[in-house]
Amino acid sequence: MEDIRYEAPKTVKAAVALLANEPGLAKVLAGGTDLLVQMRAETVNPQLLVDIKKIRETHALKRLPDGGWRIGASVTGAEMEEHKRLKKDWPGLVEATDLIGSTQIQGRCTPVGNLCNASPAADSVPAQIAAGAIAVIVGPNGTREIPAENVAVAPGRTSLAKGELVVALLLPPRPKHSSDAYLRFIPRSEMDIAVVGCGVSLTLDVDGTCTAARVALGAVGPRAILVGDAAKALIGTKLEPAALEAAAAASSAAAMPIDDKRGTKEFRIKIAGVLTRRTAEIAYERARKN
Amino acid sequence: MAKHHVSATVNGDPVEFLCETSQSLLEVLREELQMTGTKEGCGTGDCGACSVMLDGRLVCSCLVLGVETEGKSVETIEGMAKGDELHPLQRKFIQHAALQCGICTPGFLVASRALLEENPDPTETEIRFWLAGNLCRCTGYDKIVRAVMDAAQEMRESANAR
Repeated sequence: MEDIRYEAPKTVKAAVALLANEPGLAKVLAGGTDLLVQMRAETVNPQLLVDIKKIRETHALKRLPDGGWRIGASVTGAEMEEHKRLKKDWPGLVEATDLIGSTQIQGRCTPVGNLCNASPAADSVPAQIAAGAIAVIVGPNGTREIPAENVAVAPGRTSLAKGELVVALLLPPRPKHSSDAYLRFIPRSEMDIAVVGCGVSLTLDVDGTCTAARVALGAVGPRAILVGDAAKALIGTKLEPAALEAAAAASSAAAMPIDDKRGTKEFRIKIAGVLTRRTAEIAYERARKN
Repeated sequence: MAKHHVSATVNGDPVEFLCETSQSLLEVLREELQMTGTKEGCGTGDCGACSVMLDGRLVCSCLVLGVETEGKSVETIEGMAKGDELHPLQRKFIQHAALQCGICTPGFLVASRALLEENPDPTETEIRFWLAGNLCRCTGYDKIVRAVMDAAQEMRESANAR
């Protein structure tokens, strides 16, 4: 870690210019809870760090006029956990983000960083995908918006081009009787990396019939997976046992995990289904009360 | 490359220091400011030994760059006792023998104080989850948890007496 240039621009435009004009490796620094570890391990060796925390708009955590939300790239897990209104609209996304690391890590880590670090096991990412989150990307050619599921392309790799950065996540407005949930399997009670993670977001009608659903899985593929067939199995039902079993089977079928020290392929495929059923049940109970 | 000139506040006192981009706040505290109360355990944000407050937030100082602290307020273990008078948490850690080798202790104390400022009456479960990012290889944690609960009770009683 020698001779690294450090810049802390005050505008997104200046940040983009710095990232685009650096001939070597340039990295965005927000919470740093992944980046500084990678730099210390020398798995990432940037020539330039662009600290975005001096850019005021990246700290915005606000409800938009249409009822959606904007979560700036410097917003931390702790700030989300302390935001009562956000927790009411998106309890699953908040609980997923809150699972990232310890109290100390929560004070620094950001959901946008979790997305851009592109770990397949990132806890907040299946919840973001289930929520239908949109990543707002600014680069040398202007602004574009893509679904959260299209940011990571492989472990540690994103679809961002040189000079681009994610400045915020956008969450859609919540209709009545909507909610979300996130569960992960880990062999201990806290401070671990997901063996499987599952995010579910549901909208119900007044009778409790599911009218919209999104199901996403983490840690069972090279990036988090949006499972359209699991959502289809839930829509039009009241999450009766047969519907839950069908959704679970769809998730197990979509899972394409590897064997590693955290769990075997066979185990992860089974757990992907179990977690889908359990997470959907929690989201359903929340949505009924919302 | 020229070093960064950083102005910050540590335990209420204005400080200025020079650092390289790659120097963590932990390294700055220990090597540039000679404040060695904050310990390095893992250096990767897993163990919490280097816990400090940064603008009122509990963080691992190994995962903060020194240069990031420009204009910010840092609170370390050195600011915990008032002169010779120990903080109630410090006294209770001694009374309950909540430490052996002591490397993790400054981090536990800083993290526990942050908890009690936010939640003066935590349950045992809340204490254990809050301190899940502070690792101790000596005590088995139970004495630490008892000490925090006892300190919390004393601090509540003295707050009520006032």
